[in-house]
Amino acid sequence: MTDTTERVIDPGTELPDGPPAGVLNGPERAAEARTVGPVTFAKALNAALADAMEADSSVVMFGEDVGALGGVFRITDGLTARFGTGRCFDTPLAEAGIMGMAVGMAMNGIRPVVEMQFDAFAYPAFEQVVSHVAKMPNRTKGKVKLPIVIRIPYAGGIGGVEHHCDSSESYYAHTPGLTVLAPATVRDAYTMLREAISYPDPVVFLEPKKLYWSKEVLDLAELKETFEASTAAPSIGRAVVARAGTDATLVAYGPSVPTAMAAAAAAAEEGRSLEVIDVRSIVPFDDETVCASVRKTGRAVVIAEAPGFASVAAEIVARIQERCFHSLAAPVRRVTGFDVPYPSPKLEHFFLPSVDRILDTVDELQWEDQA
Amino acid sequence: MTISTGTNRAPGTARTSDQQESAEAAMLPSATPVQLVDPNGVHTPNESYPLPDGESLLAAYHKLVVGRRINDQANALVRQGRMAVYPSSHGQEACQVAAAVVLDHQDWLFPTYRDTVAVITRGVDPMEVLTLLRGDWHSGYDPLEHKVATQATPLATQLLHAVGVAHAAKLRGEDTVVLALCGDGATSEGDFHEALNFAAVFHVPVVFLIQNNEYAISVPLKSQTVAPSLAHKAIGYGMPGERVDGNDLAALLSVLGKAVTRARAGGGPTLVEAHTYRMQAHTNADDPSRYRSQDDVEKWIPKDPLSRMRTYLRDLAVLDDDGETRIAAAAEEMAATLRDGLNTDPVVNPEDLFNYVFTEKTSQLREQADLLRGELSREQSSEEVTP
Ligand SMILES: Cc1ncc(C[n+]2csc(CCOP(=O)(O)OP(=O)(O)O)c2C)c(N)n1
Ligand SMILES: [Mg+2]
Repeated sequence: MTDTTERVIDPGTELPDGPPAGVLNGPERAAEARTVGPVTFAKALNAALADAMEADSSVVMFGEDVGALGGVFRITDGLTARFGTGRCFDTPLAEAGIMGMAVGMAMNGIRPVVEMQFDAFAYPAFEQVVSHVAKMPNRTKGKVKLPIVIRIPYAGGIGGVEHHCDSSESYYAHTPGLTVLAPATVRDAYTMLREAISYPDPVVFLEPKKLYWSKEVLDLAELKETFEASTAAPSIGRAVVARAGTDATLVAYGPSVPTAMAAAAAAAEEGRSLEVIDVRSIVPFDDETVCASVRKTGRAVVIAEAPGFASVAAEIVARIQERCFHSLAAPVRRVTGFDVPYPSPKLEHFFLPSVDRILDTVDELQWEDQA
Repeated sequence: MTISTGTNRAPGTARTSDQQESAEAAMLPSATPVQLVDPNGVHTPNESYPLPDGESLLAAYHKLVVGRRINDQANALVRQGRMAVYPSSHGQEACQVAAAVVLDHQDWLFPTYRDTVAVITRGVDPMEVLTLLRGDWHSGYDPLEHKVATQATPLATQLLHAVGVAHAAKLRGEDTVVLALCGDGATSEGDFHEALNFAAVFHVPVVFLIQNNEYAISVPLKSQTVAPSLAHKAIGYGMPGERVDGNDLAALLSVLGKAVTRARAGGGPTLVEAHTYRMQAHTNADDPSRYRSQDDVEKWIPKDPLSRMRTYLRDLAVLDDDGETRIAAAAEEMAATLRDGLNTDPVVNPEDLFNYVFTEKTSQLREQADLLRGELSREQSSEEVTP
């Protein structure tokens, strides 16, 4: 990549509190020593950012409250202290500004990672995302690449008030040119964020808020080595079988994966074997893994928190129906949020796909011929 | 004032350079914030801004004390888990009270998530106001009944709505002034700038009140703007900007009162920046120790809006022990209302999920409502079987 550290900033220009020139080579403090142990989803994302910034001085993180505070969810905790204000900094409070500036920075040799504070607060940036981030590479026949990662804490289940719980994936997935990822495990949180930052195209990286505090026992140093040695298969564009089963397939992503896993566990007690597919990568979508599972089980239920109408879940159902018709023993069903604005905290449990609602739907998959 | 004639001119009319200069001078804010009662409770005379009389100040002070009690009680209730979240306006109560009391019955208020006290001061039922933050619905009061918009969370978006209400009022020939609140951080959003420009171009009766409490969550004002003040932004859009001590209830009443009067008389919009301080965390979920020192916070304790007004009114002999007792009792009554209201579990109706999305439910929503109803009745009957 171009060496932006050489660029001279007009000495007459006062930069009030802004970064001085050449900060990409700024003081870098050593990483804290890490050991194997329970790691939260949030910590894995934080480590992925730190490792990516350490590995590539063109990676720059910015957004609202990402500096001293470390982000309202602490995903950028310690990055400013470690890499300096040129590499991780607070912007004025304006999402369109953040996104538009990221486009320009990406055009000039930086790999911006931006944080939108909450799903619904990314909407002021929507024009920049749809009209420029998504279209620039296509418009310029690939001459201008935009390696931007848009991190969005997203979806509900945390008792948040309005505008803090939207599942906005369908807007992005519907926009050609955007890669859309939604990890569900701590391991994927780390690895997929690293992949996203190295990816040549813009990525909308959806972080399920309710999973931030979920834990897995992991060795982050080992994950780092594995990623940097590029020995593992990439996750972008690949779904995984999260639980093997034979009777029906549950397809889920992001916040719905743990719910699907819980439903599969409950179904097993009732003697029904459900396979769970964690989509992880909404765009590009892995038809192969999903269809291989459905062809095997013959039945499928797609689960997502977003309202079902014209949604990612609707797209997945259509793709399965088109590709697996002759293997299907029942229509492919959806369990999604209702087609209503995300409810207030005291009502959200009625809205969210629940284990019971999933099991009810599985029960309806025409297990016996109807009279 | 030269402003009102200048802004009423026909489009395309050129101004002479003299007119230009005086218009500019009138739009620029004062070098320091307007103050009428200093932190020690002493009146600081100001030629342009009359001091409100003792009785009006006493009435407003009463609301100030009640406002403080609302903040303290709400904080306690959030700690007890009776509310989902509470963005406190502790320390900003003078702005909250002034924003509400300068308006007449037919005027409109556009509040944010932080302006619960302003909305209650305007006369909306406290329990209806706290519906949003308790988490039983997105808004609990009827905006049209009270002429108080829903408390806005997406920053600065409400400012354009305020301009719209004012523009409609103008088209309909109504005597309506709109006062719209926002924070210092929100002034960085595009919608803030569009709202100011629209208000000035359409010459509508809006007063924009920025509560500059120096922080947008963790981000200090200096990272937000390098303009000499937020009030200076007004001139770029062609409206007057005013700076006022945001902890001085008297100055707020005077400055906002003047802006409201001007708007009502057809003089167009004003941008008012109130200098205040967020004494507490952004919300109960925030940890301010990560980005500011307790020392900085403590510097603002002597500037508290309540203590100076109390001293001033006691010195004026408008407020005596009896008065204080009466006001304290009113504050306690408000606190009891909040406690009683919030300690009762709200009855939520799951069907409401579907009832208001459209004027008439779509067939899809009817299906989904049926599904939920079925689930709930099965749940209920299984509960009845296994007590
Ligand atoms: C469009 C948008 N972006 C981000 C947020 C998240 N957010 C809520 S309050 C806040 C800080 C606002 O600061 P300020 O305008 O100064 O008001 P204050 O909270 O200090 O009253 C932020 C960033 C939001 N509500 N809306
Ligand atoms: Mg503020």
